[in-house]
Amino acid sequence: MPYSTEDMARRAAREIPEGAIVNLGIGLPTQVADYLPEGHAWLHSENGLLGTGPFPFEGDEDPNLINAGKQTVTVLPGGSTFDSAFSFAMIRGGHVDLAILGAMQVSAAGDLANWAVPGGKVMGIGGAMDLASGCRRIIAMMQHTTKKGEHKLVARCTYPLTAPRVVSLVITELGVFEPTGTGFRIVELAPGVTREAAETATGAGTLSS
Amino acid sequence: MIGRHKHKVVPSVAAALDQLRDGMTILVGGFGLSGNPEALIRGVVERGVRDLTLVSNNAGNMGKGLAQWLRAGIVKKVICSYIGGNEDLHTRMASGEVQVEITPQGTLAERMRAAGAGIPAFYTPTGVGTVVEEGKETREIDGRRYILERALPGDVALVRAHTSDRFGNLRFWRTARNFNAVAATAAKLTIAECDHLVDNGAIDPDDVHLPGIFVHRIVHVPEHENAFEFRTVRKRS
Repeated sequence: MPYSTEDMARRAAREIPEGAIVNLGIGLPTQVADYLPEGHAWLHSENGLLGTGPFPFEGDEDPNLINAGKQTVTVLPGGSTFDSAFSFAMIRGGHVDLAILGAMQVSAAGDLANWAVPGGKVMGIGGAMDLASGCRRIIAMMQHTTKKGEHKLVARCTYPLTAPRVVSLVITELGVFEPTGTGFRIVELAPGVTREAAETATGAGTLSS
Repeated sequence: MIGRHKHKVVPSVAAALDQLRDGMTILVGGFGLSGNPEALIRGVVERGVRDLTLVSNNAGNMGKGLAQWLRAGIVKKVICSYIGGNEDLHTRMASGEVQVEITPQGTLAERMRAAGAGIPAFYTPTGVGTVVEEGKETREIDGRRYILERALPGDVALVRAHTSDRFGNLRFWRTARNFNAVAATAAKLTIAECDHLVDNGAIDPDDVHLPGIFVHRIVHVPEHENAFEFRTVRKRS
């Protein structure tokens, strides 16, 4: 049984050290917050919030208290708000310990592509490049292949890069993988997933741990 | 002679915007629809200026906020970081009606910060090895490569504050601060729209988020729509 998205989020949460400052990307990575023990880490939202809390109770939502995905959130005791230049100074200045980001492609060298599909609609860059190049550690969280079965863990990215050589770990439904420069080391496989299945789904060489 | 920090509170949005001209570069605060100077945005359409260069993180969404400028056809160029589901911008970008320059979000903020701080350009690691680097000067400093990015000054900045005093010392509400505080520093004329207007002294000097030196006009607008983009909630147990 490959990992469910909940399993992936739970597994990603285990990579977060106690007392870390973490930025969770829009979409799947946002779910990682559900598996963090209370008070374990501080969540940073690049629109200007540190100490991001859970969604508000019905009736308490405030359109001017949102995360980077423009969802209504809360702020935890000890949290703070600030402007965009200050927020990105935190990111660019290396003060954010870890970012868990969605990805379209990750290469064996750790190159990250997560902002544009060639020939697709241009959605924009947002905070993706600043986060990918500025945070101290980058974990990619993604489906192992596209819906059409194309490789997303690849020898070289064919999609426009977000940042080169930044991804240190990839979490997919098939397991956990580490870009080594020449391929992907299998850190662990989801229960019931064979090494052969992971190799077939990966567009670059794999190594057993 | 009266300096420009004497009478800043103006009676109406129209009066606040009376120096706007065709072809200006206008910096507008907000992150999506959060922290938008809603009345000033509407007022620019009513004033009838056009051929504007708009600098904003998103240029509106869901037909609201700055999407009204796109629908009114008064924008010739947008400098932003993210388009996402903003169909008003997608269609005008595709047709060529509006030229779009996309810049990383942190670089957008820092370009305005630099403009306000008298720094003409700066080196940044963001975008190295990507399309953002194309056509730009790069330099290696202490073994790492950086891109030279230019400051982004505006003719006018439109910002939204929660509270202003009569000198223009501003306080913002929660994540509505976003680009407002930095856009305010980067323009020749900064106009603040505030929910609450108070007398000087009502805001403790240690509690000012943006000093009034950066604000030239203040208009008091008590009512705002404050539109939601994604209203996410949990049930009370």
